[in-house]
Amino acid sequence: MTAFILRRVLQAIVVMLVVALVAFSLFQYVGDPVQLMLGQFATPEDRVRLTHELGLDQPFYVQFFHFVVNAIHGQFGVSLRIGKPVSVLLAQRIPATLELSICAALLALAVGIPAGVYAGLRPNSWLARTLLSLSLLGVSLPTFLIGILLILVFAVILGWLPAFGRGEVVHLGWWSTGLLSKTGLMSLILPTITLGLFQLTLIMRLVRSEMLEVLRTDYIKFARARGLRDRAINFGHALKNTLVPVITITGLQLGSIIAFSIITEQVFQWPGMGLLFIQAVSYVDIPVMAAYLCLIALVFVTINLIVDLLYYVVDPRLRADRPGGSGH
Amino acid sequence: MLKPTHTAVAVMLGALVIGAPLHAATFRWASQGDVLTFDPYAQNESFNNTFNSYVYESLVMYDKKFDVVPQLATKWEQVSPTQWRFHLRPNVKFQEGEPLTADDVVFSINRQNSKRSMMKAYLAGIAGAKKVDDLTVDIMTDGPAPVLLRQLTDVRIMSKAWCEKHNVVEVQDYLAKEETYAVGHANGTGPYILKSREPDVKTVLDKNPGWWGKMEGNVTQIVYTPIKSAATRTAALLSGEVDFVLDPPLQDLPKLKSDANIKVVEGQENRTIFIGMDQKSDELKYSNVKGKNPFKDLRVRQALYYGMDIEAIKRTLMRGLSIPTGELITPQVYGYFPEANKRPPYDVNKAKALLKEAGYPDGFAVTLDCPNDRYINDALICQALTSMWAKIGLKVTLDAMPKAQYFAKINKHDTSLYMLGWAVATFDAQDALINLVHTPDGKGNGEYNDGSYSNPKMDALIDAMKTEGDVKKRLSMIHDALMLHTQDVAHMMLHQQIIPWAMRKNIAVTHSADNRLRMWWVHVNEGNGKQ
Repeated sequence: MTAFILRRVLQAIVVMLVVALVAFSLFQYVGDPVQLMLGQFATPEDRVRLTHELGLDQPFYVQFFHFVVNAIHGQFGVSLRIGKPVSVLLAQRIPATLELSICAALLALAVGIPAGVYAGLRPNSWLARTLLSLSLLGVSLPTFLIGILLILVFAVILGWLPAFGRGEVVHLGWWSTGLLSKTGLMSLILPTITLGLFQLTLIMRLVRSEMLEVLRTDYIKFARARGLRDRAINFGHALKNTLVPVITITGLQLGSIIAFSIITEQVFQWPGMGLLFIQAVSYVDIPVMAAYLCLIALVFVTINLIVDLLYYVVDPRLRADRPGGSGH
Repeated sequence: MLKPTHTAVAVMLGALVIGAPLHAATFRWASQGDVLTFDPYAQNESFNNTFNSYVYESLVMYDKKFDVVPQLATKWEQVSPTQWRFHLRPNVKFQEGEPLTADDVVFSINRQNSKRSMMKAYLAGIAGAKKVDDLTVDIMTDGPAPVLLRQLTDVRIMSKAWCEKHNVVEVQDYLAKEETYAVGHANGTGPYILKSREPDVKTVLDKNPGWWGKMEGNVTQIVYTPIKSAATRTAALLSGEVDFVLDPPLQDLPKLKSDANIKVVEGQENRTIFIGMDQKSDELKYSNVKGKNPFKDLRVRQALYYGMDIEAIKRTLMRGLSIPTGELITPQVYGYFPEANKRPPYDVNKAKALLKEAGYPDGFAVTLDCPNDRYINDALICQALTSMWAKIGLKVTLDAMPKAQYFAKINKHDTSLYMLGWAVATFDAQDALINLVHTPDGKGNGEYNDGSYSNPKMDALIDAMKTEGDVKKRLSMIHDALMLHTQDVAHMMLHQQIIPWAMRKNIAVTHSADNRLRMWWVHVNEGNGKQ
């Protein structure tokens, strides 16, 4: 078990280094921050000086090397756009992104699994059919369109919910939360739906098809023959066995929710990491872009690790195969 | 001493009732980007400069006609052609209590001119500043400086004592590990005090109770929210969550105009959009013509100019929000010369004839470089141009890219045909002529003359106007230069942009040709039907 985790941590470091290397090799094509910082009237000497000071006249692998050395020392530099340390900026933005992502994931699970179970158990009922058709919309509509539509209906026409921002936040130590104020909660609703809708429909369709498959298996038939109650069969046996793929997908999707909250954050001006990244891209804010990409790589690697560990919990066969996993 | 002859500034005062009692008013507004820093010299970005002007003041400022009027200096005179004396306004205090003295002015000019300042360009030609007494400062220039006062409108005055106390005598170093105090704190003499700042979320400014001036507007609190997504900005204005949007998307204007609670104020910007051509290389880098450069031939430049259907661009792409022009600068800028505002009519046959005469009967292929996030509909305009020029036989390939990459490319002169826009920051034609038309020499001339247009007669005119003290003579030099620019087709001009600002019905603002919202003229009236 320990060896397994250690191996994964080493892999994670390699993944992050590769991500950073690729990122730096791309940064030379995203443009020139000096141009944006100095404005249109700068003298050539000033441009040369700033380019040199920022190390932008160096080849990308040298820039990459400096980045890695500084990162090992816990230094990610200062944002070229807003002059604040990157680590501080990211720390300030993480709560917003995590709160939104977790709410979206919870929404997806809380609605997606029951809806999927229902659609799997009663595949021919009108409700299941309606759910399925609606889910098709959720899978195919692009996120920004859903966001704009929700804003149009609930903010502009009905005026019930705010169109942008995070509302009032409460600071608990370094963590800022919008869950403790009314405006904060109101502000959370539309972005959560926007971000969670795709996952919701995905999970629902996945659970449904898994359920349909499991319900056809012999052990379910046997359970019925034993005269077990429907409830015990459906939830105790069938649902539990559908969960392995659901966990995999949900885990991977949580990573993408965090990583791809960029679009939702932009539509709702949600002050999370995604918005920070988008702003950084348009300003060629290299320190922020580099740190963000590494962080996202870290998130994915961590989530994959957790998903792997969860298999042990859900699937007894894995535990039986590997006596080393006796920690459970 | 310099009076712009043209004052076609759209002044919108709405329902301002003179003499009505001023009430406390919060003004919530939005635009795409955020304030970057409150260190006034740490970034040179138009929006950031605007925002800093709410907190920090300069010696002089613009009035509604873009004439220079007193701000922290009450009067000034020229001691010699290269020495100007400024008399400071007495009894002015910084927001944290320090009195304004000549030391602060000298300190600020030195700081703005220091190594890491991003705002040095505004001090071009200024040799230094010297204290005469507590309330008198002399500013020395390298030579006669006809646009000194206009330059000084963007030289903001900080408190020397405050900068020393907070260790911000130096301008932000972007390689440092920590942010400096001045990034998120401000202490100016201006009408507003920075109250709170959260990057990309919200910036709040309160009215400065100790401000020396008397404000025309009535805004007592400014709440600024950046909203990056254009559709969300429109939605926030429609839902009443913000009072004002600086940059409403063009496609939403009909919807905004049809809403009973919203009004749109359209004003001319002091920016022209144009196409430049490589007129220096012996062979164009991005073309199929080998061994020679067609753009060196005036007839080819004219042919492309004849081939532009500018009215179609105005009608379809700009939805009427543009003024086609043939002159480098706009009527709002000092030196504008109506006679130079001539562009050839759209005439495909004439264009073809000119190309044939120049030796390109079958046209040629060339790449048009274009930004896609800088000017209004920039890439769409370029796309339209490629199909217009196809009609005269040219095969134009469009290469559109974000501004961050675009300007890095064309400033290296790595282009054959490119789009550029220019807003004259000093409101004096000289600025545009020096940057866009003078032969590039790496010493501050022709910095944005990315096609290297070069005419010795033009250079002589520009060099002479830089130091000409006689207002009349100088104006005639400007006129001659602008005329020459038109005749030479140094650039193919497109249009002047019209900038719409959108706001709730109860808001009255003064539209400015430099797209800066001057908060001291904003009026929030009651009864706005907010939710």
